[in-house]
Amino acid sequence: MSIKIIVKRLLFLVLVIWAASTIVFFVPRLSSRNAIRERFGELARTGGFSPGDLEKLIASMQQQFGLDKPLLEQYLQYLNNVIHLDFGYSLYKYPSTVTELISQALPWTIGLLLVTTIIAFVMGTLLGAVAAWPRAPGWLRAFATPFILLTGVPPVIMAILLVFFIGFRLKWLPLGSAYSVGVVPNWSWTFFFDLMAHQILPAFSLILGSVGAWVLSMRGMGITIQGEDYVNFAEHKGLTGGRIFRDYYLRNALLPQVTGLALALGTVVTSAVIVEGLFGLPGIGSLLNLAIRSNDFPTIYGIVLFITIAVATLMTVLEFVYPLLDPRIRNT
Amino acid sequence: MATIAVSADQVPEQPKALTLFFRYLNRNKGLALGLLILLLLTLFTVIGLLVINPKHAYPLSAALKQPPSLKYPFGTDFFGRDLFAAMVVGMWQTAAIGLLAGGIGTFIGVVLGFSSAYFGGWVDSGVRTICQILTPIPVLLIQVVIAGSLDKRDVTILTMALIVVLLAWMGPTLVIRAQVLTMKERQFVAVAKLSGMSDFGIIFKEILPNLLPFIAAAFVGQVFAAVFASLYLAVLGLGPLREPLLGNIIWAAQSQGAFFNGWWWWPLEPAFGMILILGSLALINMGLDELANPRVRKSE
Repeated sequence: MSIKIIVKRLLFLVLVIWAASTIVFFVPRLSSRNAIRERFGELARTGGFSPGDLEKLIASMQQQFGLDKPLLEQYLQYLNNVIHLDFGYSLYKYPSTVTELISQALPWTIGLLLVTTIIAFVMGTLLGAVAAWPRAPGWLRAFATPFILLTGVPPVIMAILLVFFIGFRLKWLPLGSAYSVGVVPNWSWTFFFDLMAHQILPAFSLILGSVGAWVLSMRGMGITIQGEDYVNFAEHKGLTGGRIFRDYYLRNALLPQVTGLALALGTVVTSAVIVEGLFGLPGIGSLLNLAIRSNDFPTIYGIVLFITIAVATLMTVLEFVYPLLDPRIRNT
Repeated sequence: MATIAVSADQVPEQPKALTLFFRYLNRNKGLALGLLILLLLTLFTVIGLLVINPKHAYPLSAALKQPPSLKYPFGTDFFGRDLFAAMVVGMWQTAAIGLLAGGIGTFIGVVLGFSSAYFGGWVDSGVRTICQILTPIPVLLIQVVIAGSLDKRDVTILTMALIVVLLAWMGPTLVIRAQVLTMKERQFVAVAKLSGMSDFGIIFKEILPNLLPFIAAAFVGQVFAAVFASLYLAVLGLGPLREPLLGNIIWAAQSQGAFFNGWWWWPLEPAFGMILILGSLALINMGLDELANPRVRKSE
């Protein structure tokens, strides 16, 4: 891959982040809602300080958040902050910055996301390949094909079904929160198993909720590739079924599948965040839920922009992986 | 009279369009199942709308927290909604959002995809660049920003559909663009051009009819995406909170701890409703794929 392509891709990444920041900056300003007024109005109702003080407080907060400056200056300042991953202060947990809150929640989300995405992607790709391969054993195809039906069950709905049937009816696994109530986090095996037990249902919701799409796309790709001349040729050369499956069939179908993964990253991450919020795990999802419920706009926008930057960066990284998968791209 | 009888004998009997349609469905089982589920859901909604009193879909109209019974076949919720009425109205609203957003998204996609591929040049590079820049941005999260910035009173079924469609036209645009690009090079388009047909004549009379299966597939895909996105927004509590949209019912049940309190029917009914809607759309989409892409058909 030439330097020129790498530079082009990186410039494109900057363009994507710029577009996302611009949307997130201007959309809220088109609306009539005033986040600070809403937040402190709420506090004033419950805390009881006089209306004059409230106006003063709001004015000083506006100044602190830079809302009294001209729009263009605010915009440039905002872009500069985004580059430094500075999303300002949280309104709900005021002295903490949004970046601090995100970095506290992030390890939980990354753990869940990484494990479930890899399992779902690998499982879906293999099942899809088998479902489309005419020489696979009948029982294996019969096992693989029904997974396509899972396309109609999004992770959020899968979570509700699993919570009810596995968690409530069978009482096999714990529900909600990161670890059992009354347990103090420590470095023991008991705590580790407790922690893992709480992750199983969210993980299964995400895996079962997204595997169908991978089976479906891989099956379509597999059917297309079977008709190719090189597969016929490999058969006539007398190669074994396993060799054709691995080197001629799977390998060629893999590139579009990885492209699909790159394109689906946004949805994958969003699903994980929402399922996390549903289960009350201490990740980005619960942070987003809390921010939406408490009208903590800087945190909502910070999370959205952070995920956008992460997804766009990951997509760029995946594009650099293509040449490793496909020698044809390496030479151009 | 005799001649008429003879000619009728000679002409082999053409099966009617409806018969052909059912024969095709017999071959394409996925499409048939998807259409059947969709038909049943439509019947449920239409008959339901005739039977129920829409007022019962809103709070404080029925007894509280009743499990399913003869009087309330789907039970009632914490806020005193008859869930049967709520499911009927919610189904109808979900369908409205899906069809509206899917329709607008596909329309924008067809117009932009066509102009981009047919006219080429700066139009094409402009449309393509904008699509490429917007594609990596997680649409659902930007929708969270838009829905979150709106005043709660401004969030209605219509604004929900508009929010969903705002960033979801890039998919159909790129699909239609790619198809028009390949079709543009076909001979029948060249013949039409040589015979002096206008650009619009070629687009509407030559290319558009051949694209219909792809447009139909893009439309179903868009409806799926719109229902999916509205579900996510509603589950986060960003939907029109008063309306019994399926995602809203789930959100309300979740925030009242329905399972912990033993009101299992409350979140499960909209969840199964959602599975039926999304499942039927997914099956129809797969079936249309088979219709539009002959290679996929070969496997059956």
